[in-house]
Amino acid sequence: MPIDPVVEYYSDLAYGTALVLYLLAMVLHAVEYSVTPVPVTTAAGRVAAEGNGAVATLAPPDSTPMRGTPERVGRSAVALTGLAVLVHASSLALRGAAIGRVPWANMYEFTSAICWVAVACWLVALYRQGSAATSLRRLGGFVLLPVVVLMFLGGTVLYARAAPLIPSLNSYWITIHVSAAITATGILLVSGVASALYLVGAPAGSRIAARLPDSTTLDRVAYRTAVVAFPIWTFAIIAGAIWAEAAWGHYWGWDPKETCALVAWVVYAGYLHARATAGWRGSPAAWINVVGFAVMLFNLFFVNIVVAGLHSYAGL
Amino acid sequence: MNRLTQLTALARNTWRGLTSMRTALALLFLLALGALPGALLPQYSLNAQRVRTYQAQHPTLAPVLDRLGFFEVFASPWFAAIYLLLFVSLVGCVVPRSIDYARQLRRPPVATPRNLGRLPHHAVSESASTPAEVIATARRRLRGWRIAEGEEHGSVRTLSAERGYLREAGNLVFHVALLGLLVSFAIGKLVGYEGQVIVLANGSQFCNSGSLAYDSFRPGRSVDGTALTPFCVQVNGFTPTYQPTGAPQDYRAAITYQAPGDIAPGTWHPYLLKVNDPLRIGGTRVYLLGHGYAPQFTVTFPDGQQRSAVVQWPPVELATMLSEGTTKFDPPGVTDDAARRTGQLAITGLFAPTAAFRGSLLSSAFPDMLDPAVAIDVLKGDLGNNSGRGQSIFSIDQSMVDSGRLKQVARQNLRPGQQLTLPDRTVVHFDGVTRFVSLQVSYDPTQLWVLGFAVLVLGGLGLSLTVKRRRLWVRVTPGELAGTVVELGGLARTEAAGYGEEFEQIAADLLPPGRAQPPVPTVLSKEGR
Repeated sequence: MPIDPVVEYYSDLAYGTALVLYLLAMVLHAVEYSVTPVPVTTAAGRVAAEGNGAVATLAPPDSTPMRGTPERVGRSAVALTGLAVLVHASSLALRGAAIGRVPWANMYEFTSAICWVAVACWLVALYRQGSAATSLRRLGGFVLLPVVVLMFLGGTVLYARAAPLIPSLNSYWITIHVSAAITATGILLVSGVASALYLVGAPAGSRIAARLPDSTTLDRVAYRTAVVAFPIWTFAIIAGAIWAEAAWGHYWGWDPKETCALVAWVVYAGYLHARATAGWRGSPAAWINVVGFAVMLFNLFFVNIVVAGLHSYAGL
Repeated sequence: MNRLTQLTALARNTWRGLTSMRTALALLFLLALGALPGALLPQYSLNAQRVRTYQAQHPTLAPVLDRLGFFEVFASPWFAAIYLLLFVSLVGCVVPRSIDYARQLRRPPVATPRNLGRLPHHAVSESASTPAEVIATARRRLRGWRIAEGEEHGSVRTLSAERGYLREAGNLVFHVALLGLLVSFAIGKLVGYEGQVIVLANGSQFCNSGSLAYDSFRPGRSVDGTALTPFCVQVNGFTPTYQPTGAPQDYRAAITYQAPGDIAPGTWHPYLLKVNDPLRIGGTRVYLLGHGYAPQFTVTFPDGQQRSAVVQWPPVELATMLSEGTTKFDPPGVTDDAARRTGQLAITGLFAPTAAFRGSLLSSAFPDMLDPAVAIDVLKGDLGNNSGRGQSIFSIDQSMVDSGRLKQVARQNLRPGQQLTLPDRTVVHFDGVTRFVSLQVSYDPTQLWVLGFAVLVLGGLGLSLTVKRRRLWVRVTPGELAGTVVELGGLARTEAAGYGEEFEQIAADLLPPGRAQPPVPTVLSKEGR
């Protein structure tokens, strides 16, 4: 299957465009975040709080559906994110068309696909939020930040030209195993961001957290995304084991990537258990979730690039 | 007596502590933490060479790590301790829960609480139907729920309904299947084996007659290397395809094989062995793992006798398949050991499938065999293979060179068909190249069990994360004048966002817009969405 360099070029172009759009959306989210009034009851209350050095009491989030500046900016940020996701999808599709195979066989393609899933998952979460979306929307910039960083790294350090598969990757399992791993990782990114912000907002009355969605929302988004991603991640590991049985001679060989994937699985299993254990809910559980995503990132970058193993397909 | 009570108390407390969720969580994290060095440090079982390199680079740290089992994490006692404790904790958690679950299945749903208004979900309305009709409608609407009816004084009728028992069932299946998976994994490791062997792709055969037939053999603890599944494989050819960049695209080995029943009648079956597509003979699998080149040399000794040898030279540069190796010869017809040890020959050097010379230095430009050449040193003297020390077939014993007992007598680059003549008129002829394949044979009788349990793990997980355990109560009170007051209460037993919608739907179906007050069903959902 010959590679079509023209189509590959358009894929790269779409990738760059998507990255710029994500960046713009992130900036808009930042603007929204900064112009959103801190929900403190009255000026008097704030003065009192500052005067006494006491902790300001937070009023319930502003529920009047006014179409103020924050609302307009926030809505355009989401619209821009939606456009970016479409452009990004076309980049992935064109890449696949240029090579005639699934577009996730090296680090560049893999990272790109993970970012796409993360943003798509974020938009779905926002959509499903319904009436509470305004509060959750302020999470947008924080979800887009790691996406922009990852995509920048993907487009520069990790970038690889389109190439056909090497024999060991040439199996229908690449469609099954890798897509499951990508989907799980992308969703867990959103989960990790929500939990990280939960921790940032955990100290009551912290000023940075004042505009964040309330901790219940963050906790719920983190948990629900993790609940979706965990079975997918389990499936990815099982599918990987089935593929390994056909490719390497054993379904489980303690390859560094396998081991790390299992470690991440165990950490996320711990997160789900912690959420159901008295005394572990809230911050401890959120910490576990953040650690889980740290293991995922470590597995993605460090193990692929630095540690020698059978999964060293970085294409670097 | 007192001592005995203390002991049982201690045992009970230990058991409780071990099976508590907190301990299980701690053990989970210990497991994750303990597995990490297995991913970060080189492991003997994966690549012993890399362990030795690491040990050479870290002379002070490495012995400590080695003592602690950090280079063989997954076989170390402390890792085994973690997972065995976790195993016990899991059993201690699952068994009581299964018993409890079995009891719950036989018990009717919980009786209707006195005050339904206190529940997270609550709705009340007035209906024109009779209580019996309301109850009948509710029963129809709640098809698929476990239902129990009750009566309170004043001809008040109640209905308790519960749904989502599969959540706990899925949860139990998940945990039990996890145990089953670990047990079958362990049994597989005990009775399985893996072996690697290099076979020339010129019609050479490999037969699974015993562990000695392999170049390397990793048996399970209960495998003694005899009584392996008897089968034979003959490798007739190997065809790689490459992209113009030199990246490999496809590897195919044309083989024929004999399954256990074919050996006596001598039947051979053809098979195309590919990467990702092993040959499965019964429970034994044959994999194509790698390939390489084996140059063939013919040596014509001064007395006219000829000897030929084809020995695999393993690749040292995978991208270009530049290979390095040694082919060793004994002088023919020499029975005197001392004489033999002065006339042994070793041809060592590099092989390039597509030769690229920089001056006279040989390197390879492409992994496929387009323009093969060798750059060889010929050494003569004592190879040292009688010294009692084992030596690799891929290299010469450097100490024999250092002690002067093995001397270099020629150095030259040769293409197939070319030859060189040594000072003693021995002629070394480079005949050509044969490809070799490296095969792996794996046997693991429990892997289908592991797969089955893995599927159960996934199914159980799916059930336990998607099914919601929820309860619904209906209280039907005859109205003071006419009609009936219908009151609904709902409670999700597990953390289950989403019950609110279902409850509202049921309430809307069961509570028709009443004629009198209240005009519309009031649905009060305290924990919504």
